Amino acid sequence: MTGPLRIGFIPLVDAAALIVAVDKGFAAAEGLDVTLVREVSWSNVRDKLNIGLFDAAHLLAPVAIASSLGLGHVKIPIAAPFNLGLNGNAITVSPALHAAITGEISGDPFDPMATALALARVVAKRRKSGAEPLTFGMTFPFSTHNYQLRFWMAAGGVDPDEDVRLVVLPPPYMVDSLASGHVDAFCVGAPWNSVAVDLGVGHILHFVADILVRAVEKVLAVRQDWSEQNPEVLAALVRAAFRAAEFIEQPQNRAETARILAQPERIGVDAEVLQRTLDGRLKISPDGTIRESNRYLLVGREGAARPDPVQAAWLYAQMVRWGQASISPEALRTAQAVFRPDLYDAALGREGKLADAPGAIGAFAGPAFDTNDIAGHLAAFAIGRQKS
Amino acid sequence: MGAESSPKIVIVDESPIRAAILEEGLREAGFTGVVHISEMHSLLARIYALDPDVILIDLENPGRDVLEQMFQVSRAVRRPIAMFVDQSDAASIQASVDAGVSAYIVDGLKKERIKPILDLCISRFNAFAKLQDELERTKSALEDRKVIDRAKGILMKLKGLTEDEAYILLRSTAMREKKKIGEIAQSILTASEMLK
Repeated sequence: MTGPLRIGFIPLVDAAALIVAVDKGFAAAEGLDVTLVREVSWSNVRDKLNIGLFDAAHLLAPVAIASSLGLGHVKIPIAAPFNLGLNGNAITVSPALHAAITGEISGDPFDPMATALALARVVAKRRKSGAEPLTFGMTFPFSTHNYQLRFWMAAGGVDPDEDVRLVVLPPPYMVDSLASGHVDAFCVGAPWNSVAVDLGVGHILHFVADILVRAVEKVLAVRQDWSEQNPEVLAALVRAAFRAAEFIEQPQNRAETARILAQPERIGVDAEVLQRTLDGRLKISPDGTIRESNRYLLVGREGAARPDPVQAAWLYAQMVRWGQASISPEALRTAQAVFRPDLYDAALGREGKLADAPGAIGAFAGPAFDTNDIAGHLAAFAIGRQKS
Repeated sequence: MGAESSPKIVIVDESPIRAAILEEGLREAGFTGVVHISEMHSLLARIYALDPDVILIDLENPGRDVLEQMFQVSRAVRRPIAMFVDQSDAASIQASVDAGVSAYIVDGLKKERIKPILDLCISRFNAFAKLQDELERTKSALEDRKVIDRAKGILMKLKGLTEDEAYILLRSTAMREKKKIGEIAQSILTASEMLK
């Protein structure tokens, strides 16, 4: 046994690989003594990881990059040797906004371009009638949720900084805020979209997989210096998470996984609701309509767990597009270096590799992402807030 | 804010007692403009309306992520606010996270002015945690007392011991088993319940 590890997490379904690694004994089998610490905010997770109160953390992928770039906070280089999940978010709208979008839409309601164009018409009408701008909730300034909402609405011609309001809300507050009308919509991870639908206060408009085919969501994050000082421990942790991800992805293990996650000190939400996310079979409307997707949340399958520096580059490009980061080749290199497929491969050998890794990103709008020409790529998008 | 006037301080804390302890400390130290927000509803809007120079927030508050939005330069933000981090002073960051509090300051407020506020905040948060700890310990000591008395009663009755002998037996068993005397007493109660 190595010394005890403290790992912070936020109660969300994409913490599953960590929670199952600990509660199902995969971590102990690797000789690890892990204490999971449930946290209430991403700021806390980041700060406690940064100052060493946590050895590792369940972290928003863009926060790992922002930390390494020193954006908005102290600069602490982070290493991410394992993706805890791809996709998994959804955009949920209030019944009123759902009706307004449905009233304006032409085309397939699951086509994000059709909904984004409809949203643009709703926004224009509201402006003409003197109504307050729509308010969208997301989880953190450096979050996939922020970038996914922005990417989607901007493709339809809605400027996320001028035409609507984007506000940060802690995930457990999302549903209340939608019910009380403080926000008209939100983008958040599981299980909060399903909770809103069950309570009859929201419709799931999009799975994030509609917007981006393959989007890294949360990573297992450690400080880079810690990764250098504890290579064996880190490799054991990666293996434990990998075994847990394999376990979770077996359909016959989903019910047990949901029960493990449902415990009050883990996620503390009804197991049935959690299982919908794992199965990718979600109730999207209070009337009971079910929508299935085999891309809703990927925990390890299709090579999801292996870090892909192209994903890091895409997130960095979003930071540049929305004025959070300046564009520079050094910053791009730093961002990409956060994602560590080398550490993943060192821990797992050939086992973790995919013969034919699926392509990254797959956004519904704009040209294919090009890591070698971020400026050129971003120039193809009409709306943005790049620093000059 | 005038350069020498007291900075306006907002305390975001869902614990009214801790907030009161902190507020009192700040006032004693001469910081007169202190407002406490306990309600997380429309947190950002309320902070903008108050327009503080310093924001103190407890780390158990999920609203902390809401404050992070104030670092972003956007239309919604009038006065950019930054977390109080001094890269040269890791110890004070550690101390504040350990104490469970975080400070945010308006751009431009001098480090010399925020440091005493943060220090006071850390010491008051620690004092509050100590108080809570003592309260817990007193409570559990009282509980132990009751359990030990009942276990003594059972031993006296079953083994015909005096009260002192019963206590000595409990204590020596606890030492041998390397357990707390309250735990041994509890197991006697549990066993006697089962054997009823």
